[in-house]
Formats: sequence, structure tokens, C-alpha cells
Amino acid sequence: MDIFWIIMAAVGLVLVVAAVTIVVGRRRALPPAPPAAELLAEPSTEVSEPVVESVPEASAEPAVVPLESPEAPASRLSRLRRRLSASNNPFARGLLGLLAADRLDAEAWEDLEATLITSDLGVGPTDELITALRRETAIDGVGDPAKARDVLRNELLKLIGTDSDRSLRVTGADGKPGVVLVVGVNGTGKTTTIGKLSRVLVADGHTVLLAAADTFRAAAADQLQTWGSRVGVRVIRGPEGGDPASVAHDAVAAGIAEGVDVVVVDTAGRLHTKTGLMDELGKIKRVIDRLAPVTEVLLVIDATTGQNGLAQARVFAEVVDVTGIVLSKLDGSAKGGIVVPVQRELGVPVKLIGLGEGADDLAPFDAEGFVDALLGES
Amino acid sequence: MFDTLSDRLSGAFRTLRGKTRLTDADIDATAREIRLALLEADVNLAVVKDFIAAVKERAHGAELAGALNPGQQIVKIVNDELVTILGGQARPLRFAKRPPTVIMLAGLQGSGKTTLAGKLGKWLKDQGHSPLLVAADLQRPNAVTQLQVVGERAGVHVFAPEPGNGTGDPVQVARQSILHAMSKLYDVVIVDTAGRLGVDAELMQQAADIRDAVKPTEILFVVDAMIGQDAVNTARAFADGVGFDGVVLSKLDGDARGGAALSIARVTGKPIMFASNGEGLGDFDAFYPDRMASRILGMGDILTLIEQAEKTFDAEESAKATQKLLSGKGGEFGLDDFLQQMQAVRRMGPLSKILGMMPGMGQMKDQIAGIDEREIDRIEAIIYSMTPAERTNPKMLDGSRRARIAKGSGTQVSDVNSLVNRFFEARKMMQSLAGGGMPGMPGVRRPAVKQAPKKKGNKVSGNPAKRTGAPAAKAVEPAAPASASGRPQPSEADLAKAVGDFQLPAELQQLFNPKSNGPR
Repeated sequence: MDIFWIIMAAVGLVLVVAAVTIVVGRRRALPPAPPAAELLAEPSTEVSEPVVESVPEASAEPAVVPLESPEAPASRLSRLRRRLSASNNPFARGLLGLLAADRLDAEAWEDLEATLITSDLGVGPTDELITALRRETAIDGVGDPAKARDVLRNELLKLIGTDSDRSLRVTGADGKPGVVLVVGVNGTGKTTTIGKLSRVLVADGHTVLLAAADTFRAAAADQLQTWGSRVGVRVIRGPEGGDPASVAHDAVAAGIAEGVDVVVVDTAGRLHTKTGLMDELGKIKRVIDRLAPVTEVLLVIDATTGQNGLAQARVFAEVVDVTGIVLSKLDGSAKGGIVVPVQRELGVPVKLIGLGEGADDLAPFDAEGFVDALLGES
Repeated sequence: MFDTLSDRLSGAFRTLRGKTRLTDADIDATAREIRLALLEADVNLAVVKDFIAAVKERAHGAELAGALNPGQQIVKIVNDELVTILGGQARPLRFAKRPPTVIMLAGLQGSGKTTLAGKLGKWLKDQGHSPLLVAADLQRPNAVTQLQVVGERAGVHVFAPEPGNGTGDPVQVARQSILHAMSKLYDVVIVDTAGRLGVDAELMQQAADIRDAVKPTEILFVVDAMIGQDAVNTARAFADGVGFDGVVLSKLDGDARGGAALSIARVTGKPIMFASNGEGLGDFDAFYPDRMASRILGMGDILTLIEQAEKTFDAEESAKATQKLLSGKGGEFGLDDFLQQMQAVRRMGPLSKILGMMPGMGQMKDQIAGIDEREIDRIEAIIYSMTPAERTNPKMLDGSRRARIAKGSGTQVSDVNSLVNRFFEARKMMQSLAGGGMPGMPGVRRPAVKQAPKKKGNKVSGNPAKRTGAPAAKAVEPAAPASASGRPQPSEADLAKAVGDFQLPAELQQLFNPKSNGPR
């Protein structure tokens, strides 16, 4: 019962804190309304609208929005490569420059290590990579840049892994729709990713239904609605501040009734440290699973995220069993190296990459292409 | 696998403890640890190099001839450097001499600008200003709607002449908003702009145009605390493209250590002005560099803890309980008081989070992470199964009462026994400790530590350090009423000592090692 001592410590500390603050606190003006209370009150304020309104938007819209088919994946990927190589890429240059040097001294190795860390690769994978490179170079003494690049490319590929299954599972069994649950921390681009994803799915000839289970953030459902109406996809939404699990449930139920192919569920962004919100997410998945098994859980990670991305992935994987990663915002200057430790530790492959806010800026992840892009090859 | 910054630094300093001299090798080894730790916490490489150089130089320098031992010295140096980089003292928001004051928000997509606009609006409104939110994000679908909803929740007016979703000219909107604010006598205008990438020249130009149109008093760069090595590139791009006066660190309520804060503050030289730490509109605070530094150093975020305690605690109740514990006046500290305090602690959030904020807990991350909150429920259940009389006076618990309680709470008699016995032990310890006197007196510390060299005495021995830590840290705050309360102001040496002692609870760790795992 270690816990007892932990609590005792907390209580003891708190008592000390109380003793200190009471002396001090009396002199201090009381803080305004405690935000904690407000936080609790907030979600409940707008539950006055109990009816789940499903908006039959699709019937009106398709005429207005021409459903163009998106760009072919291959050309999208080459666009990524162009962007990655065109953008200032100190990573590749630094590595190749270092490897091509006549001899590698301690300082060069340290620089190499630092360069890898700079691309958010993390210390663990960096050490692995360095060790492997050291071994390789010790064997045949690399002096030739092309060879050095090959060694580096192979090691990077090994880290990312080429053999994982990167296809999206969007078809359900027994005539039930495939359910794609999209999760992530705040502001990584979940809704935007869904918008782009539904476009791809529609273009592939699937019938799609979107569930706006982000009932927390202001206007999140509207944002999804806008994306949905662009491709003529219906969005099921609930009252703001309502129970997200019930929205997801209604959407999947509607999906089954209408016989659509895929239901994509958008969830509110949540920090992985908030136990309550993570429990809520677990509930959403459980509720959906009861109707139709969730075929794909996509975790959206922002490419600018640093080492915290691993902590995120770990917790999300624990709660909802993540099956794939979407690396978003790869069009910026960030390299998204964080996916390497994520894939390495959790074995969850990156399936999609987001390249911007445009409707077609979503591409399947291709390990070789990604590494080549990192290395500045075209 | 990846320890947080404070863990690494604690690890680095553990080897330095107890040494009386600091050799060059020591310094180099420590520097290497600090370097790795900072890199893992997403601090930019160039910043890390500078940081290490500064720390090394100061460690080698004349400052070693102090009253502190070398380990403490290094900690102090690192702490000082962290605070220096993070911006020294917190800077308040500037207001224009002639209203309206214009605040422009800029940042990457998804960094939290729109949410921040609402928080900032509410914060200003609570201070008696009349803010106006301007929806100049016409890019992202329904960003305008989001701002409107946020404004409504915050009770702040929103200026949104354009529906957004890719149409309309944000520069025009921004320009109109100023005229609107002037005519309607709003004294602060908060311009929410679309998220943009540092590499997107076109959008950066647009941001610059908005800036020129509204001539902001403050441009705030909003950045996600979780951002990695790219923080520096992005910050530079924004500094060059739009320029900014201050940084807002968002999503600080996650477990990211905020290495980016260090990088950005260092590279751009701009102060971090606000910290946004939650989804509620009130979860927003000025940024305190000294707090951040102590959080990074594993001294715990004691000030935040105190603030939180103030919000959630019934001051009178706690005072009474403390009185009971300290003096024995008005009856003894009983299980009912314990239960009450325990529940108060739980109201503050998950236990792991609270403990994470406690000083020196960095090294116990794993144990803390392993806490099963249901254990607490069981303890609660046991106490609830007692009669009020038993709770006030646990001494009356005899065998048959214990058996009844075990039955009532669905536990074993041994569980009840161990709870009661531990409670007595803990109470005795706390009282003997309390007998030593109140915080701030260095003399108390040593005996307190020595008093309890075996078993859990160590547990509480961390307290004196915490106690000194609390008022000491408070003294750093400009408007701290610490001196007003008549407590002796801790000297610089005391402060440093408190910093150095942040490891004290290391002994605490023994508590969780095999010894205490056995049945007691």
C-alpha cells in the first residue's frame, strides 16, 4: 500500500501549503471566480437542445459543388518531395557533408548526432542510427558520398520500416460500414485531415458519412460541415457540449441503416494528460464498437511536434489502440522526424501525410519516398 | 524511455552531491548530461550549446568560492541561466497611450490563436477593459464562427464582417475593425489572424499587411508548447516576416516540458508573456520565468500548486486541520481530518499531476505514474466504514471494530490494520516535525532530517525543504506578501540552498523500494 504514503505526503504538503497560504492569503484579495467551476459549468450550458439534429445537407449541396477527383497519389508524393527538397534542408546536407569528409573524428560524430536530433528524431533512434553508421563505416571506410548516402538511406529505412501495412482499412465486415476514428491532441489538424480524407474516399467511389463528435471546440462541427458539403458528404452532428459518444453512435447507426461504406468520426482534440478526456475517448470507441467494429484509428500528429509526440502516441495507443498515424503539416519547415521513434516504439505505421490546407494535400505515406525526400533526392 | 528535463538534470546532479570539490571532469560530465537532457526536451541545439558554454564558464569561474557545495552551485548556475534565458522578470502587457490598444495574434496553424483570443478577451474584460475580438482568419473553414462562439462564451464582442471560408480580405477586415473600435469606444482590439507557415512567403506578406493596417501595440506570437526543434526556424520566420513583441506559450497543461520556450526566448530575445494551460476560458496566466525554470529543474511547480490549492481549498477547514496537527489543540488530528484533506487534494486533480508539481518528485516519475487512483478509493471506503467517533479517535479501534470495518468496506482486516497503523506513524512524524517550528528557519532542517534516518521518517523530511522552497520562491515574485506576513525573508544563500536541497526527497525514494513493498 505504497499509495498511502504518497497520499500522506500530498496531504502533509497540502497542509503546509495551507498553513502558508492562510497567513498570506488573508492579505490577498480573493481571486475572481474560480475557473475550475467555470470549466465544469461550461459544457452544460448549451445542452438545452436535446434533439440530435442530423442535417440533410447533402441533398441540397452536390449540385453546387462539382465533385472533382483528387490528384493521383503518385503526383502528390512527388510534390512532397519537391517541397521537402526545395525547402531548406539542413538535415540531408549536413549528413552528407559529414559523411563525405575524409575521416570522421569525434567532433564530426557529435555533430552528426546533433543534426539527427535537430530533425526531432529523438535520442534513442539517433543513437541507433549512429551506432549502425559507425559500424558500417568502420567496415568499409566510406569516402564516397554516394555510398555514404546509401548507408544512411538504408539505416533510415530500417528505422522507419518498409514492411508495415500502410493501407487504410475502410471496409467493414458483414455489410457494416468501415469506421475510421480520428484522434489527436488539440490543433494537430484532425478536422482538416478528415475533410481531405473524405474527399479521397469519395473519389475512390466510397459512400461516406462524417460524424462531428467534436462537441467541445466552438464551431468544430461547422468546420467539418463545410468540408463535408464541399464533397457532398453528409455530416451527423449533435448539440454543442453534448456527449460525443452519442453523436458517434448516432452516426454509425445512421451509416448502418443507410448502408454507407465508411463512417469517419471526428473527435475533439485532447491532451493525452487529461485522464477524464481520454476516458471519454475510450467510451466513444467502445460505443462505436458495439454497433460496428472500428476498422481504423488514426492518430494525427503535427510534424512540428517534438519529443512529446511519443508520449502522445503512447497514451493514445493505450486508450484507443491506434492503428495508423497521420503526419500533418509536413509542408512547413519541420521534418516530422518524431514519427521515427513513434513507429519504432509502438510499431504503428504512418499511413498518411498532410501537406497543407488545400483539399488535395493529403498523400499516402511511402517510406522510401519519405527517406529520399529527407535526403534531398528527387 | 525519454525522461523529462528535470529527471535528466536530477540524474546529472545526483553524482555531484556530496562532493566537496568540483573537478573539470565533473563539470564536463554534468555538461554532457545537461546537453542531452535539454535536447530531449526539444530545446534547440544552438541554444543548448550556448547554454552549456555559459554554465561551464560560470562553473569554472571564481563563483565556486561560496558557501555552497559544488553540486548546489551547479544547480544554482543552471537555474540562473534558465531564468535569464526565459526572460528574467515577467513583462506585463503594454497598453497604447491613446486607445484602442491593438493586439495582433500570429502563429502556425493549430497553435491555439482563436482560443487564445477568447481567453485574452475574457482576461482583459475581467480587468475592466472593453475588448473587441476581430475575426481576420478568413482561411480555415468556420474559424470566424469559432471566434464568434468563443467571444460569446467570454462575453466579449466580436467584429466579423466577413463570413470567412476562404473569401474576403483579412487586411480590409483588420483596417475596418480599428475604425469600428474607435467609434464604439472599445479600448482593446484583439486581431485573430489565420495560421500560417513560416515558409509561406505569400501568407507572411499578408500578415505583414495586416500589421501595417492596424499598427498593433503588441504582436503576440502564439506557439504550441509541444513544438520540437523547428521552433527556432518558425520563430525566426515570424520575427523576420511580421515581427513580434512577445510570445504566448499554449497547451502548457500537457506534459511537454516546454524546451521550445527556452529556444524561442533565447533566439528571438522576446519575452514569453503568457501561458495558456487548459481548455477553459479562464485557463490563462501571465508567464513566470522563475516558475518555469524551477519546473524544469525539478523543484516542482510549487507556486502553481499553491495557487491551485487556494482556489479549491476551504481555507478555514485546512487551517483547523493544520492547527490540530501542529498543536494538538482542539482535539487530535483524526482520520476524519485526514479524509477531508485527502479529498481536498483529489479535487485539485489527479494525484499524479499534483505530485508531479511537488519539489523533488522528478526522480519518482515511475512510481507516480504507477499510482492507481482506485487505491485511494479503497482507503476512502475504509474510513467511510467507520463511525464518526472512530474517525475522530482511531485509538478506540479494537479487533471487533476493525473486523466490522473490513467487512463494511469490502477489505481485509489487515488492510484496515495497516491503514490505521500507518496513520498513527505518519501523524506522530508530522507532529514531531511540526514541533521543530515553522518554515524559513534553516536550523530546523538538519535535525529534522536526522531525526528520521530510518523508515518513512524520510518521507516527511522533504518538507522542510519544501517549506523553505515555498516562501523562498515567493520572495522572487515581485509583489509577494511574504515579508508582510512577518516571516523572515530568506537570503540568497537560503534560496540557493533550497534549490540545492531539492533532491532531499531522494531519500524518499527508499520508501518505495523493496523495503516498503513488503507487508507492514
